Amino acid sequence: MNETTLEKLKILADAAKYDVSCASSGTSRGAKKDGIGTAAGWGICHSFTPDGRCVSLFKILLTNHCIYDCAYCLNRRSNDVKRTTFLPDELAELTIEFYRRNYIEGLFLSSGVIRNPDYTMEQMLRVVMLLREVHRFNGYIHMKSIPGASQELIAKVGTYVDRLSVNLEIPSEQNLKLLAPEKDHASVFAPMRFIQQGMLESAEDRKKFKKAPRFVPAGQSTQVIIGATNDTDKQILTLASALYKRPSFKRMYYSGYIPVNTSDSRLPVLAKPPLVRENRLYQADWLMRFYEFQAHEIVDDTQPDLDLDVDPKMGWALRHPDFFPIDVNVAPYEMILRVPGIGVKSAQLIVASRRYGRLNSVQLKKMGVVMKRAQYFIVCRELPMQTVNELTPQYVRRQVTQKQRKQVADLLQYSIQWE
Amino acid sequence: MIHFFYDKTFDGLLSCVFFAYEQKRFPDMILSESDPKPLFMDEQYYVPTEKEKSQRVWAALEKKLSKTAQNMMLHVWLSELPEVEMLLFRYICKNINHSKSYEMNFGDDDVLRVKEIALKVSREAERLRMFVRFQEMADGVYFAPIDPQFNVLSLVVPHFKARYANQQWIIYDTNRNFGIFYDIHTVQEISFSPKDLSELKLGKLSDEKLSEEEAMFQKLWKEYFQSITIKERINLKLQRQMMPKKYWKYLTEMQ
Repeated sequence: MNETTLEKLKILADAAKYDVSCASSGTSRGAKKDGIGTAAGWGICHSFTPDGRCVSLFKILLTNHCIYDCAYCLNRRSNDVKRTTFLPDELAELTIEFYRRNYIEGLFLSSGVIRNPDYTMEQMLRVVMLLREVHRFNGYIHMKSIPGASQELIAKVGTYVDRLSVNLEIPSEQNLKLLAPEKDHASVFAPMRFIQQGMLESAEDRKKFKKAPRFVPAGQSTQVIIGATNDTDKQILTLASALYKRPSFKRMYYSGYIPVNTSDSRLPVLAKPPLVRENRLYQADWLMRFYEFQAHEIVDDTQPDLDLDVDPKMGWALRHPDFFPIDVNVAPYEMILRVPGIGVKSAQLIVASRRYGRLNSVQLKKMGVVMKRAQYFIVCRELPMQTVNELTPQYVRRQVTQKQRKQVADLLQYSIQWE
Repeated sequence: MIHFFYDKTFDGLLSCVFFAYEQKRFPDMILSESDPKPLFMDEQYYVPTEKEKSQRVWAALEKKLSKTAQNMMLHVWLSELPEVEMLLFRYICKNINHSKSYEMNFGDDDVLRVKEIALKVSREAERLRMFVRFQEMADGVYFAPIDPQFNVLSLVVPHFKARYANQQWIIYDTNRNFGIFYDIHTVQEISFSPKDLSELKLGKLSDEKLSEEEAMFQKLWKEYFQSITIKERINLKLQRQMMPKKYWKYLTEMQ
């Protein structure tokens, strides 16, 4: 480890940072004899960078050389950037030393494509084999599969890593063709299907033989870039909901587009990355995964994009005032989950506690219900308050967005210089 | 006002419960002998800690409470907050007095408060699993000072023992002046002399105590931390929210 390692680390970490996935969850693995490391099951974050994102895995590229020329990518071959490559044992040692100091939960290895997809994948495979077999590393490994790599290689890699994923990057095929003419969606969906098949087979084998090898036990995830193309939220969420129906698919990541290649006319000029839209997409994603919402309930043809002023759950509630008010003391759990301001945890507390007596608003507040939003949609032990039906959805909408407007006003105030 | 005095152990607290039911005297305050004495004391009892009695109380609770609730009580105890004696006392009484299970009644202030404190304590334990930073010392032992608000070191030992099974490590609570040393086989409690402690509290070990490579890996890690940040998305408020400032003292990347 010396100054050249430091220089490589700088370049290859910088080039890896736009991949947003950092999850280290999904595999529970105890310690092995003579080995180092465990996988915690729920995943552990180890630090938070000044952009507020968590550092859980050591996220790094093996190389930033690349034969492709994708418009949205910093590492495309037509860009004039410093290029470098890690040696497999250098990267494996760095991972272990970081892990020993509790800096990281494991490795997230991705790469630019050198020579051809198979050659690149073989180099990456060497890193994970060194970690697992020489260093006897038992922690978490997430690897990006290189589009176009052979099935034999994927099958081999799958037995070493916890998660193996392929990035979609662009939500629709036609836009992908525009921005990355050398790629197509088939090169992403084919390995996704193959990985899933491997997982299901391994799960079946493990029912019969306890010692049968595990294959990608933490499943797969993918990432789409938001705001680089004209794809609507409806397209994105419909895609996500179709993927979530697959048994091996765990997470969809949404990455607000940051203009890295400003000179390309195929890409939009953005003053700021679309962070609010990205946040709303994550909220919608949560609704589909934990709140039993369907994609078509969140966005439809009349409103193909998410409302940036209110969260998608509030948006749904305001479009369906006839569903409310809900009596938290008798309504079933699934209905309570639909109330804006009530999350999974408080809904569970409500259902557990109401058997002992009818709950009032003070108790609800203590259980974590955000009354500022929930008050328009529920009845509890007190006399009924004015609900969304009496007040009209337009009025409620004004109430819940008012504070935001005040904040904007405050910001404007500050920009005036008082000399 | 009825006051109980006890020895500030968990067994002592359970003995207080036994004593109260036996004597039919229920305390308004439970104090340890080192606490400042209140002005007015109508009745006061010095409750001796008796293992046999505390075990009987715990056995009764084990019958009534789920494993989760038992664990929550231990977490509340480890918080060392001044309110915990009376809170746990009331919590135990409520659970004993109700014929049906009472632990899920989160409409009750005490039940909810026990859950809240237990959550805070387990969150702090989780933060230790996240933010402990080992430094390799010259003798090959990996050392990490910590300064948690609650007494959570014992809760995270199994995690670190499993994860770093083949390396020697010390995690040291500089605030409570005790630590855990793992020598590849077993864990044991250790404590340093006051002179060494003052250096530890600063978080930075002097260079001659560190292994040769340690400085390089710290530098690599700091560099990585810088490089992985997306400048267009700087959000320091979110960073502080996820990683409160009180933990920065011992974080390599924040030095």
